Amino acid sequence: MIKATPKPLEEIINYVKDFNKILVAGCDGCVTVCEAGGMKEAKVLGSALRLYFTQAGKDHEVVETTVTRQCDKEYLAELKDMVENADAVVSIACGCGIQYLTEMYNDKIVFPGVDTHFMGINADRGIFEERCAGCGQCVLASTGGICPIARCSKRMLNGPCGGSEAGKCEISKDTPCGWHLIYERLEKLGQVDRFTQPVDPKNWRTSRDGGPRVIIREDLRKAEPQHGSAHS
Amino acid sequence: MRLQYPTDIHIIKVPCTGRVDLFHLLQAFEQGADGVFVAGCLEGDCHYMHGNLYARKRVERAKEILAATGIGRDRVEMYNLSAGQGTRWAEICREFDERIRNLGPSPIRFAHEKKAA
Repeated sequence: MIKATPKPLEEIINYVKDFNKILVAGCDGCVTVCEAGGMKEAKVLGSALRLYFTQAGKDHEVVETTVTRQCDKEYLAELKDMVENADAVVSIACGCGIQYLTEMYNDKIVFPGVDTHFMGINADRGIFEERCAGCGQCVLASTGGICPIARCSKRMLNGPCGGSEAGKCEISKDTPCGWHLIYERLEKLGQVDRFTQPVDPKNWRTSRDGGPRVIIREDLRKAEPQHGSAHS
Repeated sequence: MRLQYPTDIHIIKVPCTGRVDLFHLLQAFEQGADGVFVAGCLEGDCHYMHGNLYARKRVERAKEILAATGIGRDRVEMYNLSAGQGTRWAEICREFDERIRNLGPSPIRFAHEKKAA
């Protein structure tokens, strides 16, 4: 899921300090799981903002809510009255949710309340690790299920590089070398012959190199009205 | 034991300090508390394994938030003591009460009183 962390409170206060009516909008999706933008975090942020405004002697009205997903307009529509009643919105959804909320309520000022980082896993309580870079062309089948794009610091397709030492990446002794992990895994599977041939360059147009991406799944699209049908 | 401690301390009982959420601490300040302390079991002695350690982390986070909001980080504290340490309990209450009295009333209480007047 998408992983985010709360922005420093000082930064959020700085965004909203000149507004009176503030809506803190959380999301029940990914950011709830990583405890950055769910109902609990919305209540904490709302409470913190009320404390700030009260001690500063400023008139204010801070309300908190969450929607099932801020990346769906059907759920964002539920916020209509609350957004209209607010001078500014602090969205603590991921970057996608914040932007979609902004698109839906174009005349309202929307501030981000979290920093969105990556797609990752919950390694342990409070530990989130990146696993997928969303490159648009999955290579896990040939790398033992370990992603060289997300887990190699250089995103190499033919690793490891010279910076790999004792299984660690040169960027930090705490970062496992992705290609070392791939080698160990392929060795277990008896597939190290993969290393005898260099892999062809990847088509990076499916990644960010191709600009903002759109997926159109015709099989999922709404059916067009059929002319001459019994119900027309 | 008939120990004396300040009467203005309002006790909220919870089954374990692990139940105390960050939101509860902030809400107490929103409602005008001058200070809040969390009294958990001795570290390593939690009946629910780690409740008191989680509580300490939440108190630390509350300190950061209270500092950022202008309330002040010293108005919230975590203490650890066992159910058999009545003397220490009274001592903590006196110590915290004195600390808060030195800090003065919470600015939130001032704001509430001003609004009500």
